[in-house]
Amino acid sequence: MEAGVVVKVSGPLVVARDLPDPKMYDLVKVGKDRLMGEIIELRGNLASIQVYEETAGLGPGDEVISTGEPLSVELGPGLLTSIYDGVQRPLDVIRAKYGNYVTRGVEEPGLSRERRWAFTPAVKVGEEVGPGDVLGTVPETKVVTHRIMVPVGVEGKVSEVKEGEFTVEDVVAVVETPRGEVPVTMMQRWPVRRPRLYAEKLAPYEPLVTGQRIVDTFFPISKGGTACVPGPFGSGKTVLQHAIAKWANAQIVVFVGCGERGNEMTDVLLEFPELTDPYSGEPLMLRTVLIANTSNMPVAAREASVYTGITIAEYYRDMGYHVALQADSTSRWAEALREISGRLEEMPGEEGYPAYLGTRLAAFYERAGRVVCLGGDRREGSVSAIGSVSPPGGDLSEPVTQATLRVVKVFWGLEDRLAFARHFPAINWLNSYSLYLDKVQDFWRQEVEPAYAELREEAMGILQREAELQEVVRLIGIEALSDQERLIMETAKSLREDFLQQNAFDDADAFTSLRKQYRLLRLIMTYHHLASRELEKGRPIEELIDLPVQEEIARAKFIPEEELERFDRLEEKVAEQLAGQAMEVRA
Amino acid sequence: MLKEYLTVKEIVGPLILLEGVEGAKYNELVEVEFPDGSVGLGNVLEVEEDLVLLQSFEATSGLDIARTKVRFTGRGLELPVSRDILGRVFDGLGRPIDNGPRIIPDKRLDINGNPINPYARDFPTDFIQTGISAIDGLNPLVRGQKLPIFSGAGLPHSRLAAQIARQAGVLGAEEEFAVIFAAMGITFEEADFFIQEFRSTAAIERAVLFINLADDPAIERIATPRMALTAAEYLAFDLDMHVLVILIDMTYYCEALREISAARKEVPGRRGYPGYLYTDLATIYERAGRIKEAKGSITQIPVLSMPDDDKTHPIPDLTGYITEGQIILSRDLHRRGIYPPIDVLPSLSRLKEKGIGPGKTREDHSPLSNQLFSAYARGKEAKELAVILGEAALSEEDRLFVQFSEAFEDRFIRQGEYEDRSIEETLTIGWELLRILPRSELKRVKEEHIKKYMKT
Repeated sequence: MEAGVVVKVSGPLVVARDLPDPKMYDLVKVGKDRLMGEIIELRGNLASIQVYEETAGLGPGDEVISTGEPLSVELGPGLLTSIYDGVQRPLDVIRAKYGNYVTRGVEEPGLSRERRWAFTPAVKVGEEVGPGDVLGTVPETKVVTHRIMVPVGVEGKVSEVKEGEFTVEDVVAVVETPRGEVPVTMMQRWPVRRPRLYAEKLAPYEPLVTGQRIVDTFFPISKGGTACVPGPFGSGKTVLQHAIAKWANAQIVVFVGCGERGNEMTDVLLEFPELTDPYSGEPLMLRTVLIANTSNMPVAAREASVYTGITIAEYYRDMGYHVALQADSTSRWAEALREISGRLEEMPGEEGYPAYLGTRLAAFYERAGRVVCLGGDRREGSVSAIGSVSPPGGDLSEPVTQATLRVVKVFWGLEDRLAFARHFPAINWLNSYSLYLDKVQDFWRQEVEPAYAELREEAMGILQREAELQEVVRLIGIEALSDQERLIMETAKSLREDFLQQNAFDDADAFTSLRKQYRLLRLIMTYHHLASRELEKGRPIEELIDLPVQEEIARAKFIPEEELERFDRLEEKVAEQLAGQAMEVRA
Repeated sequence: MLKEYLTVKEIVGPLILLEGVEGAKYNELVEVEFPDGSVGLGNVLEVEEDLVLLQSFEATSGLDIARTKVRFTGRGLELPVSRDILGRVFDGLGRPIDNGPRIIPDKRLDINGNPINPYARDFPTDFIQTGISAIDGLNPLVRGQKLPIFSGAGLPHSRLAAQIARQAGVLGAEEEFAVIFAAMGITFEEADFFIQEFRSTAAIERAVLFINLADDPAIERIATPRMALTAAEYLAFDLDMHVLVILIDMTYYCEALREISAARKEVPGRRGYPGYLYTDLATIYERAGRIKEAKGSITQIPVLSMPDDDKTHPIPDLTGYITEGQIILSRDLHRRGIYPPIDVLPSLSRLKEKGIGPGKTREDHSPLSNQLFSAYARGKEAKELAVILGEAALSEEDRLFVQFSEAFEDRFIRQGEYEDRSIEETLTIGWELLRILPRSELKRVKEEHIKKYMKT
């Protein structure tokens, strides 16, 4: 094979000369260790390459070989429960073979070549098939059936189809196309930077239920939607991301640890096999793919990791699944982009970030969405993308946060002030927003409760009113408020403490179904409505607060999902105690 | 055979540009021979064709273009290690400066190390008792954690770090442990304080010191923490020791990095620090941790001084994004004569929940610490209010909380520099303090714990 030669090495950037037939984003192997890299710039006979591994020891004269193919991932059974680095190398296999450290030049395929999978055909010989049609199924894990699809570009008549146990490289079907016979295996390859194809994009409708009350009720994300979670360090971004990965009603979760702490990935790795999915009753790991490119791993591979993640997510979407993709943190991805851009000596935009930061971010989030998949059955699938953002110093005006806000539809703003007060999740309810609210409220009306949306509006109004009243209290004191205003303060406190606050580490509180969220909200608002009516009758506020039932409201979040009828009794109690006091006064 | 070149083309600050070089490798170690015959070290930052850009770890004063010689060693910067490094003092590049014998190496390790495979990591769960209530009780340290101290000029972070090094131990465990101390850009007096401290307690027997002082070459500092962590990895994962690494002061390290970046005319990020500061710091901090099936561990306590006590400055900010929490020192407490002046409210230990509780410390540890946190927060808030509105404006309850917060600072946070409190003692003080408050306000602790632990 002809090879180019290295002429320049500067950190993760290598420039090679005379590479035969170079194309942008082709994968190359650099030096005697065969380090993986990607062509990111071409000038005359020079190719700039970002290398996914530590480049120490490389120098001019070292050989560079092009594979002639773009960076691609292997897609097929075996992705679930795996943990990969940013370029889809299986970290568990690497540890078993090479020890505790990630060494250089390691080549391991993303999917095991030895493992055999039970393939059951879904088509018969002679059937006409096109791209996306399901040829057969494989029980990948206890909870996920993997659909083996006809690859893009293949169309024709099935001339052979097998049944039994195969490896991902074995041919399971043959399709006779106008251009000849095409053997199909259970594994496909797909370039990570190219979005996978679908038939049609749809508007979002159904919410992605995360079990987090402030998210689902106040700032919901829809299946196929996009959201961002910005916040300074210590405000609980990762805890929130983990909670969503655990409890979201997605069928598949792809979690990308992008330039973050190693121990956090360890936490996920140790915890997910132990935790039970509330929907299937099986370990959460069985529906999860992890991509871990921690902060100390090579920076170029970090840049690739979000693409690797979203390509895997799209692949499961194409099977007709609802997938949640989570990237923690996109700021580290943007920093990787900045570092490479700096080495290329590109003209910097804001704060040294390249001028194309916004375009790249937008292109990434646009790969989310609800779609009609390829294939004759017009099945539906979705990818929801949730990215954390780590703004320096918590300053939301910085470029990554701003570029992200332009494209995502949901903003959960985390605040350290709330975190210091141990209010978790520390999402600020005043500045967060969701543009899916209208759509999701339609869904609530039909599937949960017609009154849900109004109740939410009212609660939100009370929280906003509280913020204004607090100003008054701070300046003049609580005495300055009217009784109705003091009731608003009381209800708002209850909304904050008994509804918005949620303990991710408490077994009963970590997940709340939509039904229970509605009942809890209605309970608090029932108190508010009835107390407000009593005030109108002329009773003083002092009689309506510090009721014993309010302590029960505070504990209502711990009511198990199976015992929601207990809310009926609680609402009665609220009415009794508010009225009961009234009777005492009259007597 | 070392290749030697006399072809220096430019010298700019700490950078040397060489031409006509063959076969130079990125990150290769070089020897720079000064015209006066002395030899310093440097490494390759960039190679392009026959041009090589070096950074010199030695100050470049005295170098000239005509006579300076550069030799390429064909390897990266390495640290020779063996068990004998214990008890020794090295300079910032790992050369002995205690007049002791040369280290006969068991092996030579590249100081850049390799990233730990995330799959190989084990989660830190062993509580380390530091004997300091503000840490053990509220923001406990666990084995394998990286917990920095955010300090400011003039605050007693050195004394605190020395106290932690002196007292740290795991409950009920008799295991081999070691302390590695890396000084970057601190003054002779500060460094001497640590050395005397280690000598007087005989702790030096199980310590390794890497010292780069304020007047030592600034660029040498870039290698110093990596030297220390390479030694730590050797002791932890080859010799099965539990290693505590103290890195002081990371701010000077970052400044050295900025100096190189500026000399290379790189596009600066915030406040002139290079855009890759996060990645660079991560390659240091992430070298803490535990590995599955390995006996040893590395716990890191980096110390950094926040310029102008500003937590949003890039150095503490990026550090906070990588480390697992932070211990923040407060100028206000220090002014009031409280040692250790730990500001417990913004301090945080992210791994705390995994390291405490029944079987590790005590069943009441977590609820008690939550109760102390919230009561102290409320007391401080009430105190601020009193400043604006006057004491008289406080309710009876709020007055109790103010009283609590003062007692808390005085008895819980304040302790002697040589006072080594067991976790039992720390928790007992916590319970005693809660007696100031009305029983009905103790919402975060369980009734059974109150009965069991609060002496009436």
